[in-house]
Amino acid sequence: MFDLRSLYQEVIVDHSKSPRHFGKLDPCTHQADGHNPLCGDQLHVYLHIKNGCIDDLSFEGDGCAISVASASIMSETLKGKTLGEFEALFDRFQQMVTAPVDQPVADDGMGKLTVLAGVREFPSRVKCAILCWHTLKSAMHADSGVAKTE
Amino acid sequence: MNPFIDIRNDFPILKQQVYGKPLVYLDNAATTQKPTTVIDALCNYYRQDNANVHRGVHALSERATVNYERTRDDLVGLIHANNRREIVFVRGATEAINLVAQSWGNANVAAGDEIIISAMEHHSNIVPWQWLCERTGATLKIAPMNARGELLMDQFDAMLHARTRLVAVVHQSNALGTINPVAEIIQKSHAVGAKVLLDGAQALAHMAVDVQALDVDFYVTSAHKMYGPTGVGMLYAKEALLEAMPPYQGGGDMIRTVSFERSEYNDLPYKFEAGTPNIAGVIGFGAALRYLQSLGMDAIAKHEQSLLAYATDKAESTGYIRLIGTAKNKASVLSFAVNGVHPHDLGTILDRDGVAIRAGHHCAMPVMKFFGVPATARASFAVYNTKDDVDTLFVAIEQAYAMFS
Repeated sequence: MFDLRSLYQEVIVDHSKSPRHFGKLDPCTHQADGHNPLCGDQLHVYLHIKNGCIDDLSFEGDGCAISVASASIMSETLKGKTLGEFEALFDRFQQMVTAPVDQPVADDGMGKLTVLAGVREFPSRVKCAILCWHTLKSAMHADSGVAKTE
Repeated sequence: MNPFIDIRNDFPILKQQVYGKPLVYLDNAATTQKPTTVIDALCNYYRQDNANVHRGVHALSERATVNYERTRDDLVGLIHANNRREIVFVRGATEAINLVAQSWGNANVAAGDEIIISAMEHHSNIVPWQWLCERTGATLKIAPMNARGELLMDQFDAMLHARTRLVAVVHQSNALGTINPVAEIIQKSHAVGAKVLLDGAQALAHMAVDVQALDVDFYVTSAHKMYGPTGVGMLYAKEALLEAMPPYQGGGDMIRTVSFERSEYNDLPYKFEAGTPNIAGVIGFGAALRYLQSLGMDAIAKHEQSLLAYATDKAESTGYIRLIGTAKNKASVLSFAVNGVHPHDLGTILDRDGVAIRAGHHCAMPVMKFFGVPATARASFAVYNTKDDVDTLFVAIEQAYAMFS
C-alpha cells in the first residue's frame, strides 16, 4: 500500500472530498470547459483577472480524486499570482508529474503542489492531474473550445 | 466446485504477478486472454504455413487456405449457420456493423425510413447508424430501458411500424450485462418487415447461439472477446441478403474478372473479403472456437452464472456498492459504483493489488448518462475466473473504500 499512498496522500483525499474554490465565480472575466475522455472527468473553470493578476478563480465539475484534488490545490496556489507566475508554475508542474521516477523532483517554491508528485508513478493518471491546468490556460487565452487531455 | 479449475493452466498469461500480486484478470468484456492453442496456432502459421490464401499453387498456400477456411466451417458449426457462404471475415464487430450500414443500408434505407437501436448500445452500434441516417434522411429511434437496464418491450413494440427498415440491438450489453430478449425482438421486427442485426460481441463467448433458430438477419462478433486474436471478427448474414448486397470494399480476392471497363464480383462470401485478410488471425480464431466448443457453451454459461451470482451477493452485502445493471436476465458483467470512490481511482487502487478491472464509460456514454454516472467500474468474468478471484476483488474494493472514508 506504500506506493498507493504516494498517490492518494491524505492531503489529496481531503481535497478530493472537500474541494476548495469549488463553485461558480461571479463575476468572472474568463472561463473554459475541460474534458478527460478516458475517465469522464468534466471540469469548468472560472477566472477573474485584474491588472495581470489572478484576482480569484474557482472550478466546478465531476471527476476522479486526482483531478478534483489537483484543481482544488491549483486554485489555492494560484490565487493572487501574476499570469507570468502561472506560466512558470504550469511548466514546473508539468515537469514534476512527468519526471522519471528515479530522478529527484525540483519542488522548491512549489508549495502544496508537491503532494501531486506521486502521480508520476502512475502514467495513466498524469492526465487527470494536469487537466485543470490545461483548462485554466485555455480560459486565459479565451479559447472558446474545450480543453482536452488527448 | 469449479469444473474449470484446471483450465487456468491453458492460459499462460494468468501465471504472472502484477506489482508482486498474482494477476486477477477481470476485464474480460474488454478482451479475453488467449489459450495456448490459440497462441500456438498463430505461431505455427507464421513458422510453417505463411503464404497468401486462395491464389497460390504451392504447398504453403494450400495449407494456409485450408486452415483459414476451416475457421469458416467452425463458425458455421458454432452459430448454426445454414452454410459457409453466410460467414464473412472482417476486422471485428465494428467493421461488420459498418459493412452492413454501408452496403445493405445504402441500398435499402431511404428518407422517411426508420432504424431502431436500443438505449444500451455500444458506440459501434450507434455511430454507423447515425451516419446512415445522415446520408439517407432516415430517422434513428432509440428503444428505452428501465432502471434495471432492461428494454421496455411495450415501448419497443410501439416504435415498430411499416417504415422500420432495421432493428440493431446488442445481444448482451457490455456495460450492463443485460441479455436482451432477442427472439421476441426478431419475431416482432419481422412482423413489420424490418431486418434485425444483433451485436454479439459480448454474447458469443458466454452462451449458445443458433442464428437459424433465432431467424436473425445479421449477427456480428469479434474474435478477441472469445479467446481469439484481435483484429478479426465475423459478419453472419442470411445468404439471400448477402447475395443482394453490393460489395463493401473493392480490391483483390473480391472479384472474378477485372477489366478497365468493369469488374465482375466473386461469389459469396469472398465478394466481401477484399484484399489479403488477417490470415493468422482467422486461423487463431478457429483455434479459439474449437477451444470454446471443447468446453461446451452450456457448461461455460453455467460456470459464469455461478460466479456472477456469487459476486452480486457479495456486492449487495457490502452496503456501499451500487450495482449498475440489474436485469433479471444478465451474464458475466458486474458494473458498479463504490460510494465515495471514483471508478478511475478504484481501478488504479485495484491494479496495485493485481486486480484488473475496467473503469470508464465502456464505449457506452449514453448508458452512463442514463444512470447518471460519469463512469462505472466493471468486473467481467470468463471461463478461467474463480470464486477466489471474486474474493480478491472484494478485499481490494474494501481497502479502496476505507482509503476514502
